[in-house]
Amino acid sequence: MSDQAQLLPGTLDLLILRAVSLSPLHGYGILLRIGQISGNALLIEQGALYPGLFRLVRQGLLKASWGTSENNRRAKFYELTAAGRKRLREETESWNRLAAAIATALAPQPEEA
Amino acid sequence: MKLLSSLRLAIAALFPTLFRRAQLNAEVDEELLAHIQLRADDLEKTGLSRKEAERRARIEFGGREKYRQEIHQASGGNFLETFAQDVRYSLRVLRKSPGFTLAGVFTLALAIGANSVVFSITNALVLRPLDVPHPESLYELQHGNEADGSRSYLDYLDLRERNRSFDDLIAWGVAQAGWSDTGEEPTHQWAEEGSGNYFDALHLQPYLGRFFHAADEHGPNSAPYVVLNYSFWQNHFQGDRNVIGRTVQINKHPFSIIGVAPPGFHGTLLFFNPDIFVPLVDQEQVEGVSTLNVRSVRSVFMVMGHLKPGVTLSQAVSDLNAIGSYLEKTYPKDEGKMTFDLARPSLYGDYLGRPTKAFLAGLMLLTALILLAACANLGSLFAARAADRAREVALRLALGSSRRRIVRGLFTEAVMISLAGGTLGLTGSVLLLRSLSAWQPFPRWPIHLSVNPDATVYAVALILTLASGLLFGAVPIGQILRTNPYEVVKSGSIARAGRRVGLRDVLLVVQIAICAVLVTSSLVAVRGLARSLHSDFGFDVNNVILADTDLSMAAYKSDAIPAMQKRMIQALQAIPGVETVGLIDAPPLGDGENGSNVFTDATVDLRPSNAIADPFLFKVTPEYFQAAGTPLRSGRPFTWHDDKNSPPVALVNQEFARKLFGSETEAIGAYFKLPDGTRIQIVGIVENGKYASLNEHPQPAMYLPILQSPSSQTYLVVHSKREPQQLISAMRTTLHTLDAGLPVGIQTRYSLLDALLFGPRMATIALGVMGLMGAMLSITGIFGMAAYSVSRRLRELGIRMALGAQRKEVLQAALGRPLRLLAVGSAAGLILGILASRVLALIVYQATPRDPLVLAGVVIAMALLGLLATWIPAQRALLVNPLILLREE
Repeated sequence: MSDQAQLLPGTLDLLILRAVSLSPLHGYGILLRIGQISGNALLIEQGALYPGLFRLVRQGLLKASWGTSENNRRAKFYELTAAGRKRLREETESWNRLAAAIATALAPQPEEA
Repeated sequence: MKLLSSLRLAIAALFPTLFRRAQLNAEVDEELLAHIQLRADDLEKTGLSRKEAERRARIEFGGREKYRQEIHQASGGNFLETFAQDVRYSLRVLRKSPGFTLAGVFTLALAIGANSVVFSITNALVLRPLDVPHPESLYELQHGNEADGSRSYLDYLDLRERNRSFDDLIAWGVAQAGWSDTGEEPTHQWAEEGSGNYFDALHLQPYLGRFFHAADEHGPNSAPYVVLNYSFWQNHFQGDRNVIGRTVQINKHPFSIIGVAPPGFHGTLLFFNPDIFVPLVDQEQVEGVSTLNVRSVRSVFMVMGHLKPGVTLSQAVSDLNAIGSYLEKTYPKDEGKMTFDLARPSLYGDYLGRPTKAFLAGLMLLTALILLAACANLGSLFAARAADRAREVALRLALGSSRRRIVRGLFTEAVMISLAGGTLGLTGSVLLLRSLSAWQPFPRWPIHLSVNPDATVYAVALILTLASGLLFGAVPIGQILRTNPYEVVKSGSIARAGRRVGLRDVLLVVQIAICAVLVTSSLVAVRGLARSLHSDFGFDVNNVILADTDLSMAAYKSDAIPAMQKRMIQALQAIPGVETVGLIDAPPLGDGENGSNVFTDATVDLRPSNAIADPFLFKVTPEYFQAAGTPLRSGRPFTWHDDKNSPPVALVNQEFARKLFGSETEAIGAYFKLPDGTRIQIVGIVENGKYASLNEHPQPAMYLPILQSPSSQTYLVVHSKREPQQLISAMRTTLHTLDAGLPVGIQTRYSLLDALLFGPRMATIALGVMGLMGAMLSITGIFGMAAYSVSRRLRELGIRMALGAQRKEVLQAALGRPLRLLAVGSAAGLILGILASRVLALIVYQATPRDPLVLAGVVIAMALLGLLATWIPAQRALLVNPLILLREE
């Protein structure tokens, strides 16, 4: 548990979009999927997921509809809209650029060695 | 500008998506619970008990309430919750200052109440269309050169046959008839006499039975049918459906009841409520005389009809004018210039329509001013309060509240006060309007006027309420937005003493000016009415009782009429205490005066355009002048020998003599001619009087002996110093023993003036109420300002007193400013009021603001108001105890 990383502000939305980009999921499912694709490396408080979900729905990036879970419980399923897919692409690119830049900046420089 | 933008801000904050919230709440709950269940399912698989699994799942999930709030925020703010919080908070705040709240609610209740009453009356009289099918195309034919629509029946027939603009034209008149349905003594009832096509052309369907139709008319007295007004049917026959077919007596002529008009229809005059509808061709039976075949007598009250589709007003008018000039040419002896105008029939065209509209427009303006003054008043109260609450606001800002939220809270307070005030005001006005609708201002006239509010009125009241709430709520916004928490918390209060002229000062001056306008107007109106009651009518209003009847109602004819009139005079003369009894066919300033063209003795061609004057014509007995108190200036009075066998004579008034002969002395003994060619000698001159209205200029009038020109219309004028009620009942018994079948109305001379004085009286009452409201508003306004000023400067005053200031200086420091503002506002209001009073002069007789009494009255009234309003604050300032005050800090 203790080796889980705190989320950077703003990254939860990106993770949610990524998680539902593979298939429609309910909230708990999104949480499991994020754990699965991140190798359980990230610490996310369960309830904190939902304000993000509602925000994304309001922005038109996600679409929500009620359905039945694999163990027969009524749950709300989320899937990407076209706008959501586009946003995921853009955010992924910009994240990668940022991550690369930070990684480059943090990499040991020759003069340090 | 700042005010406007903050207003926009507040409206935007108040009304986003309102009603999705409850549904969303339920959904969120379900979704969060589903999450916990799903998590619990997984935990259960690891071997935990269900109970333990659910507990763990809830703990892992975190604070559900917190997330729910965040979700609301994320999906567009949580309007309802914050709104409810705002309302709760405002209620708490308002409850803590009940004086302020009550003052606000009461002020606004007055203003909104006044506005809804006036608007409701305007709505009923002017805005709401007549309750008949297709009211929009119904027009009355009015004379082009006067606000009157009466014309002769023969002209009506020509207009009906020759016009190409109307679907059909209706003629109708009004008459009072003796009505008896079970053989008991007859009663006065009001009849609307309509042309045969009356109901058909109005597209009405009977409630019961049938209407009369054009096909029922076959010459004079050929259609003895009567249609009952719905309310008359209800009141008189208790809604008995078997009345159809029953025979009743109208003026002792048999008529059969054929139908009942639909409920809500009471003719096309808004305020008139006739009891029965009869065919106009029966005029002789209903009125006792027939003028239907005389082209020079305007026996039809109104001609109206629906315009054909596609015909414009100007097309119709030129069509009618063409017929008019044809009639002028064809009947030069009977017709003067004949032009037309079209008007709405509901207020008798422009005759009542124009003054009514002018009056109501003026009234609406004044009530709008009252509302504005109330808003100014509340605005300055709110601003003062906001200043006092600066510390609270600063604290809330420092603790992280947004300015937007604080502003919204203030608006909520303002709107809640305005809603409470509006509700109270509207309730009061509904009650008032209800009693106004049931009011019968003139006992003799069947007045019916529903001014009850409808949906439009409620909507307008609501809009006014919300608008004024937002308006006065917006006043302190700038103050709040400028608040700097650090400064306030540091210094204890906003130090802004000795500031230049501020928003509050301007508001107070505006408000006082408006109130002074109202006070001025009301004083002008009251003075005008008082004067018009004491002006010279040309007859005595005191000690005179009138008994009016029409002998045709009991079927008296030709020679029986003067004989009966003489018997009535003698019988009344015999009552103890009666001094003189005179008789006149229709008294001046009564229900309607007759007139006739007159010609100089030399005129041969007696066509209307050659007439030298159109004086009022009264037919009287010799004793009339003494009984009525109309002084004879020169010449001789009539005698009972001025009858059919002696040469025709007349008494004329000074104006008649001046107009025809240049002077009174020339007139005595001179001759003039009536339209039928009769030469009449003037034997005496009487004083000028008022004949048709209180504010008319001197008009020519002539009096003819009733024996020479008989009339069945009879007003017995009884002069006596006896107590009126006793005398009236003695007169009633006396006349009843003479002929029990003759309906007689008895009243004092004074009460006959009621109808004429109605307009001025209403104006005076309305303006008086407005003046009172204005006065109350100025008291609360000045009081608020003075009290605030004293409380803000209490510490300073205490220091001054501790340093030895005199009472006078303390008062000056504390109240100088409010009193100066009062003076400025009153002066401005007085000047405006004087200018506005010109408008008043249209309604109120002799309304002139250049009346020292009015001017002095306004100044004294405003000064008294100022004194009254500053009394309590002044006491408070004087009772300041510097020791206690300084210790407190």
